[in-house]
Amino acid sequence: MKVLVPVKRVIDYNVKVRVKADQSGVDLANVKMSMNPFDEISVEEAVRLKEKGKATEVIAVSIGPQQASETIRTALAMGADRGILVKCDADVEPLAVAKILKAICDAEKPTLVITGKQAIDDDSNQTGQMLASLLGWAQGTFAHKLELGDATAQIEREIDGGLQTVEVKLPAVMTVDLRLNEPRYASLPNIMKAKKKPIDEKSPTDYGVDIAPRLKVLKVSEPPKRQAGIKVKTVAELLDKLKNEAGVI
Amino acid sequence: MTSLVIAEHDNKTLKEATGKVVTAAAQVGTPVHVLVAGQGADAVAAAAAKLSGVEKVLLADDALYAKMVAETMETLILSLADKYDAILAPATTNGKNYMPRVAAKLDVPQISEIIAVESPDTFQRPIYAGNAIATVQAGSGKIVITVRTTTFKSAGDAGAAAIEKISAGADPGLSKFVSEELSKSERPELTSAKIIISGGRGMQSGENFHMLDKIADKLHAAVGASRAAVDAGFVPNDYQVGQTGKVVAPELYIAVGISGAIQHLAGMKDSKVIAAINKDEEAPIFQVADYGLVADLFKAIPEMDEELTKMGY
Repeated sequence: MKVLVPVKRVIDYNVKVRVKADQSGVDLANVKMSMNPFDEISVEEAVRLKEKGKATEVIAVSIGPQQASETIRTALAMGADRGILVKCDADVEPLAVAKILKAICDAEKPTLVITGKQAIDDDSNQTGQMLASLLGWAQGTFAHKLELGDATAQIEREIDGGLQTVEVKLPAVMTVDLRLNEPRYASLPNIMKAKKKPIDEKSPTDYGVDIAPRLKVLKVSEPPKRQAGIKVKTVAELLDKLKNEAGVI
Repeated sequence: MTSLVIAEHDNKTLKEATGKVVTAAAQVGTPVHVLVAGQGADAVAAAAAKLSGVEKVLLADDALYAKMVAETMETLILSLADKYDAILAPATTNGKNYMPRVAAKLDVPQISEIIAVESPDTFQRPIYAGNAIATVQAGSGKIVITVRTTTFKSAGDAGAAAIEKISAGADPGLSKFVSEELSKSERPELTSAKIIISGGRGMQSGENFHMLDKIADKLHAAVGASRAAVDAGFVPNDYQVGQTGKVVAPELYIAVGISGAIQHLAGMKDSKVIAAINKDEEAPIFQVADYGLVADLFKAIPEMDEELTKMGY
């Protein structure tokens, strides 16, 4: 079975985000970019399925600028077999991403698509669910544990009240949460090997998908700043302030 | 403009999140209808009918909806979508699960986790873990929204809406609920608690969280945790407050042994009052705390317990 892993190139999660002065967006010039941390977990899960002999091929897909090929190389160095780069320089909304991924699924016929539950840039948390819906497939979102059978998979999910297990028919889409696994670091030999693995370059028009944005971003602004308050010296003073000054206990 | 709100509930009680989404919906378009999809959920429908500003409650009562499985919710909501201009759900793990499926089938974007309605088609939503706020305007087509409930007040309970039973949608037969392990607690839920006391990596073990439990019991607070504490296995995942966990905005948030990574701050910085106890005076949590105490938590927390007893809690 094939596993498809969509990966997104995003601002590195340790970088302090700065809003542009003209409020047109956030400043991405000369900022470190990395693979979306949730997508690293999906690559890891897919590679583990291959190592267990359950998956035959792991395909990493990224939709973005030319530099997104570096994100695909990272996935290849972790153990994915080949890559598909759908090149576009503009921002692509989750719905258009899902449509491109659907077209790729129609062609590649994977049994499982594994992707991060959300990207840490736009925090949308939509793409996997939209893809499953467009394909008419089942989904297991916010995955904590995967048990793959022949025709079905059991997916344990992180939900508001605890954990929930669902059984989904295959093929299916799984979106991953933080604790599914701990992604590996690519070793130097594997990074070298990854350079020889193939990456197909495509464009959204190859898949007949219109990527024009459907939402208009009017502005991007700084959130209201919270001021640091005071330091107290003792527990008794803290409780006194909470009770008599703030009135919250 | 007619709005449909998808109710959040556990088949027995209507969650407060629903009332908050009704408030957001009333700013997008009226009348507001509420869909209760569940099993044996009559009491939930009755509670939804009392929410101020709700004109009608639709009750789809069927085993298919007992656990709000995404694929069945999609079919049901789509069967009603024609009559509505806007569809809203809370940004709970349920809402986040089924809503994008609905948006995709309607061929419209989903506007995720809105924190404000500027006008019926213009919304604010946090991006980059709350480090920036985007103001976005919807294009043509239906408006599909999930609502971050911490920033909206709950609708009152002065309503008297009619309840209309509707038939179940088709079963897509794609997935089924198997089991769940829910954390059992006598304490309030994190997302609706007035006071939260959270522990971080500094707690050092799951055992040590019992110290926070004692304080929580005195203050009728919920207990939360940072991602570091959850990843270390001190407490279950549903304790996690932060960008990818729960977003909370209580009256008082007490951060204990939490350094204050931006991903954690994203989940709690809208709290009315923040108190922090950390032995590292450089910890970033102090930059957002109204009251900071530089102290060893293993001394400070037992002391707080004693002081609270003295104060009569």
